Amino acid sequence: MTTPPPVIEAKNLGLIFETSDGQVEALRDVNLTIAKGDFVSFIGPSGCGKTTFLRVVADLEQPTSGTITVNGQSPHDARMNRAYGYVFQAAGLYPWRTIAGNVQLPLEIMGFSRAEQNERVARVLDLVELSGFARKFPWQLSGGMQQRASIARALAFDADILLMDEPFGALDEIVRDRLNEQLLALWARTQKTIGFVTHSIPEAVYLSTKIVVMSPRPGRITDIIDSPLPRERPLDIRDSPEFIDIAHRVREGLRAGHQDD
Amino acid sequence: MRALIPVATVIAALIALWYAAVVPMNAQWTRDQAARAGAELTLPALISDTMSQSRPRLPAPHQVAAELWRSTIIEEMTGRRGWWNTGTLSNRSLIYHGWVTLSATLLGFAIGSGLGIALAVGIVYNRAMDASVMPWAIASQTIPILAIAPMIIVVLNALGISGLIPKAIISTYLSFFPVVVGMVKGLRAPDQMQLDLMRTYSASGLAVFLKLRWPSSMPYLFASLKVAIAAALVGAIVAELPTGAVAGLGARLLSGSYYGQTVQIWSALFAAAILAATLVALIGLIQRITLKRMGMAA
Repeated sequence: MTTPPPVIEAKNLGLIFETSDGQVEALRDVNLTIAKGDFVSFIGPSGCGKTTFLRVVADLEQPTSGTITVNGQSPHDARMNRAYGYVFQAAGLYPWRTIAGNVQLPLEIMGFSRAEQNERVARVLDLVELSGFARKFPWQLSGGMQQRASIARALAFDADILLMDEPFGALDEIVRDRLNEQLLALWARTQKTIGFVTHSIPEAVYLSTKIVVMSPRPGRITDIIDSPLPRERPLDIRDSPEFIDIAHRVREGLRAGHQDD
Repeated sequence: MRALIPVATVIAALIALWYAAVVPMNAQWTRDQAARAGAELTLPALISDTMSQSRPRLPAPHQVAAELWRSTIIEEMTGRRGWWNTGTLSNRSLIYHGWVTLSATLLGFAIGSGLGIALAVGIVYNRAMDASVMPWAIASQTIPILAIAPMIIVVLNALGISGLIPKAIISTYLSFFPVVVGMVKGLRAPDQMQLDLMRTYSASGLAVFLKLRWPSSMPYLFASLKVAIAAALVGAIVAELPTGAVAGLGARLLSGSYYGQTVQIWSALFAAAILAATLVALIGLIQRITLKRMGMAA
């Protein structure tokens, strides 16, 4: 059996921020391999470095030690090759552009032809079920719909990797469940590799094939759980014993990380 | 329509206050005249005289309105040198003088806005300019314009530049500043997340400017343009004062004060105010149309 090359591979990765009141060790000794098609969740309390790790993958932060490759390249080269789409905590749509205009933004910057821009916008808006809202402005949409539009924007240029930093953190539980379901369907259809930061245990367990449990001061990985759940996941899988077992293990991992406080 | 009543009330109150001030301001001259003629002065006669002096200390509103009407429409349509009879604007009309000032204002405003935007772009994109330009820009605005205007005009005149350009330069001097301040703020309006987003697209600096910073700065741009155009008008008028200019609203103010023509001064003042209000309203209109088209209903 030949294993395909990893999409993201971090070895002994460390990152220290220089702040006005001394050094903050945001990441220490992070070793992680993410394979193609994985859905990886990063979970942990605030300050555990989960967002920082995602930003290192995206070349928005520079590690101070260790190595990391994205698609076998440095994060900088991967960014230049537009290897990933990034979804931020807030939708961050431009208020002066329509929903279609917002999704079109990366396509304009990357120089797609006008015809291909229109075709891609229509396709990804359909993917996130926002086809009827192309001509609306962001303020005319609910928070959940705005976040879906921002996911469409990250999908528009067909990067293999989707990095999501607490994309549903600001949404209520009901909207969140629905979006989680849609995200799984989208992942199944597009076969993308997804890195997903969250601090909700059920969300992490429900979505992921691999759960990375992290703890703060210094930010580090305390447990990596490969989920035994099948890829096809109805919402009520969350009542199954397997699901509850994994959730329990995640909770234990989070608690272990806190014991040395 | 509902806004009309409060506005009309305020205007009526101001006019009433103005009329009330006219009587005591001008009464002395009327009393002196009556005393010299040995005439008995009744109160109604006193009041009516204070409202109709030819060189009052404070002209009555209707005198200013009549002068405004006479020196615009009447002069141009019936005057010997008016537009109707000669095809050119009369040098005795406020339309002519207003246009002289307006042309300098618009030229100065155009240069000033362009300069302001260029400086703001420099400040946002260049560390050295960020550290050095703003203190100078602020210092430039602390120098009284009345002190520097004559020098600019004298220096430019020595270089053989006179007429419209020196006035426009003084307008520029006043109008670039609000644009710099507003546009620096506007171009820096995008938050870190929006800039990070652009970075994930590995967008070029030009793309970040055109797609993010420039559109983000539009509300700031229009707010500062409104201040700038009013400042440009002030600059043009002030530039006309120390030069012995023969044309322009500033020249009308100056000649009015030489000859004690208070009615002329006040009507020139009102012409300037009406011009400023029109210009600001025009920019407000362009702002509304632009922001509406951008989906940012203001």
